[in-house]
Amino acid sequence: MSMKATTRQVNEVTVVDLSGRITLGEGCSQLRDLIRDLIAKGHKKMLLNLAEVTYIDSSGIGELVSGFTAVSNAGGQLKLLNLTKKVHDLLQITKLLTVFDVYEDEATAIAKF
Amino acid sequence: MKADTADTSVIEVVYESDLKNVEAAEEIVQRVCTSLGFDEEEQHKIGMAVHESMINAIWHGNKNDPEKHVWLQFRIFDDRFEIRIRDQGAGFDISGIPHPLEPENLLKVSGRGIFLIRSFMDDFQVSRLPEGGTEVTMVKLRQPHTDPNQGGLHREHEGHNTPS
Repeated sequence: MSMKATTRQVNEVTVVDLSGRITLGEGCSQLRDLIRDLIAKGHKKMLLNLAEVTYIDSSGIGELVSGFTAVSNAGGQLKLLNLTKKVHDLLQITKLLTVFDVYEDEATAIAKF
Repeated sequence: MKADTADTSVIEVVYESDLKNVEAAEEIVQRVCTSLGFDEEEQHKIGMAVHESMINAIWHGNKNDPEKHVWLQFRIFDDRFEIRIRDQGAGFDISGIPHPLEPENLLKVSGRGIFLIRSFMDDFQVSRLPEGGTEVTMVKLRQPHTDPNQGGLHREHEGHNTPS
């Protein structure tokens, strides 16, 4: 199953609901293009909802980091919502939980922008 | 890693260098892990180690060249599950990969694959082959109570914990 992404606007925050696999190849390039496109359109507050992400590999993790850096460099913020245990564990052992703001509740996450 | 104990089974699959075969390899390792009694968390770790190694072999080793192949081999021992993945690439210097947990590398986009494999497996070795190509060997130790079951992956053991 490849990655799917839908976006919705909640106040000033663009919530990106991701599902499927974020892996080297199609999944990563889709996510990269989506984030770059949102930045180009002026969206600077992004919340990536990973609740339905079934698998993420080292390239997918790299793509999250790349998105975080790109949004930050554009003067915005990128935060993560609803990590599965597997994704949480991966971000923990790669020390990226110290980099990302991670939330379990959408309303709380949106209030933090 | 250690002296061989009873070698119960060997499974080998040869793939073309195409990223779509990464998922195929994952499905096979998932089935083997289930038959060996690894729990879900261990299955995920082993599956991810295979995923990352297959990508290294296809993408970085063979450079997606359809003329080149990747060999995936499972060897099932009483005390461990050994996975070998071999490519036909030019090889890489594992010592040259920056440690992804160093502060200056934390925001790098790449360089976490080998780290994850090392984190998830009990042993990880890389060797250059005399005929060219690279072979990685990954080992996951098996708990004494996890016996292989159906599926044609084993033959009956002649004894348990018998030193060779």
